[in-house]
Amino acid sequence: MLKIREKLQQSEVWKSIFRHNYQDTNRNRALQIVDNVFLHLHPVRIQRHATNVGFTWGMGGITFLLFIILTITGVILMFYYRPASEYAYEDMKYLMNDVAFGPLIRNMHRWAAHAMVITVMLHMFRVFLTGSYKPPRQFNWVVGVLLLVLTLLLSFTGYLLPWDQLAIWAVTVGTNMARATPLLGHEGPFGAALGMRIDNDVRFVLLGGTQVGPPTLLRFYVGHCIFLPLIASIFMIVHFWRIRKDGGISGPTSTTKE
Amino acid sequence: MHNLWELISKPDNIPIVGLLFLVIGYTWWAFHKALKNDRQGYLDEARLNEKIQVWPNLVRVEFLAALFVMVILLFWSFLIDAPLEAAANPTLTPNPSKAPWYFLGLQEMLVYFDPWIAGVVMPSIIIVGLMAIPYIDVNEKGNGYYTFKERKFAIITYCVGFLILWVALIILGTFWRGPGWYFFFPWQEWDTHRVVALTNVDFTELFGIHTRFADNSLNPLAVAIGTIIILGYYSLAGLFWLKRKNTEILKKLGFAKYNITAFLFLTMAALPIKMFLRIGFNVKYILVTPWFNI
Ligand code: HEM
Repeated sequence: MLKIREKLQQSEVWKSIFRHNYQDTNRNRALQIVDNVFLHLHPVRIQRHATNVGFTWGMGGITFLLFIILTITGVILMFYYRPASEYAYEDMKYLMNDVAFGPLIRNMHRWAAHAMVITVMLHMFRVFLTGSYKPPRQFNWVVGVLLLVLTLLLSFTGYLLPWDQLAIWAVTVGTNMARATPLLGHEGPFGAALGMRIDNDVRFVLLGGTQVGPPTLLRFYVGHCIFLPLIASIFMIVHFWRIRKDGGISGPTSTTKE
Repeated sequence: MHNLWELISKPDNIPIVGLLFLVIGYTWWAFHKALKNDRQGYLDEARLNEKIQVWPNLVRVEFLAALFVMVILLFWSFLIDAPLEAAANPTLTPNPSKAPWYFLGLQEMLVYFDPWIAGVVMPSIIIVGLMAIPYIDVNEKGNGYYTFKERKFAIITYCVGFLILWVALIILGTFWRGPGWYFFFPWQEWDTHRVVALTNVDFTELFGIHTRFADNSLNPLAVAIGTIIILGYYSLAGLFWLKRKNTEILKKLGFAKYNITAFLFLTMAALPIKMFLRIGFNVKYILVTPWFNI
């Protein structure tokens, strides 16, 4: 048995996959991080307080985890959903009643989305309270604000997709405000003077019509499934990269690093 | 009581109940840590500054946190179904029509301001203002640890903005707003036919100066007074600057950053002021012009 194991571990195939053995040495602990594409987001060593949940509340990481869960469940949902007003609601009914594990996937997607909005707000709250936006992390805070906006937009565009009463009226209330945009909305200050009408103002562009209708569904769908996740992913990459470049998690003794 | 239970147990409202407890818990925890640091004269964070290996120390915490979150999410998803109401019907408006919960603070603002302010200008200022924070906060203390006494102004302002003007308004919008966006206690049955006689007045009318003449044209005096009030409000910033410009903190801020800070601060304060005027005195507008009203 041991011999087989040894042989296996000496084989070319094994060695090409696993670059180091698993003896508990500092060198191996370091290699465990740098040799792994997913873990090498981390530094090899960090200050102890940065691993303290009492300090970070873990909220940034949990936000990211929820984003991953949302991506996976979202892709599964896409197999069952057609973004056309004749089908959308029927597809939801079918998913909730006849698809194996359909409700579970949809519920996970919905509740993770709500949870992500909450965790991102709490993450921001903790970053503020620990003063972690102060130099050299100013720009990463700005990236964070963009991520917050993207999170809200993702959630809002997703809200429309079930195409039920809750969906269209919540989105109607939300987008009605755009009528009143100064200069660009037909009911906003100076809008009419600039030639804005209900069928050419900024809300019309957003909805693809004068009210929430089939073109809105398609627009929100494409935004929700492709455009916004793509942009959010790009900003998350920047966010994580900057955390490393700014000297890791902030702390009283690690702030002077440029 | 029946209504209270209905509100709390509505699937989409459960996260808001969760939010309430999380926000209270974290605020308490953060202040507990901040005051402890302030009191004891050394920082807990600074004592935990030895370098440790990420594998296994951090990876273990992350793994456990991920497990914990996924277990909660799974249970939540097994137990409670996401809502699916009747098919969309553009001709049947539900009452009340509520925006998704995270926008209810903005929807509540619609009571006090016209949509161009509540729905467009304020959100834009919130976003830009948040992005500006690192550049206008010149206090270099309190970087990377919990403290209260070293940055009182920043922390109080942020807490008022986040806890009261954002979270509390969300809770209000969810549990206290019923049909017609009227105020109901959460345990009160919603009366869909309630009509409240509107006796709103404009601010100048409190002093007997009418906004409009009998022929409905604008009263120039009211417009002038309204303009003066708005401009006067924002020029409070200038007065404060003249009085205090030699203090250390304002010198460090400099003229430009001071003005941005003051503008953002006054804009944020305008919301509770307008709420107070509206709820206390039924004031609708401070300034009425042919193009926009404030
Ligand atoms: C999709 C949204 C976001 C994700 C996935 C995310 C993720 C993370 C993660 C994993 C960290 C590491 C430390 C921690 O967990 O607290 C972090 C740190 C940080 N985040 Fe975010 N974040 C998001 C949104 C935001 C927002 C809204 C802000 C603020 C406006 C922000 C500002 C920061 C800053 C300044 C740091 C460095 C903190 C420090 O060094 O102590 N992030 N983020």
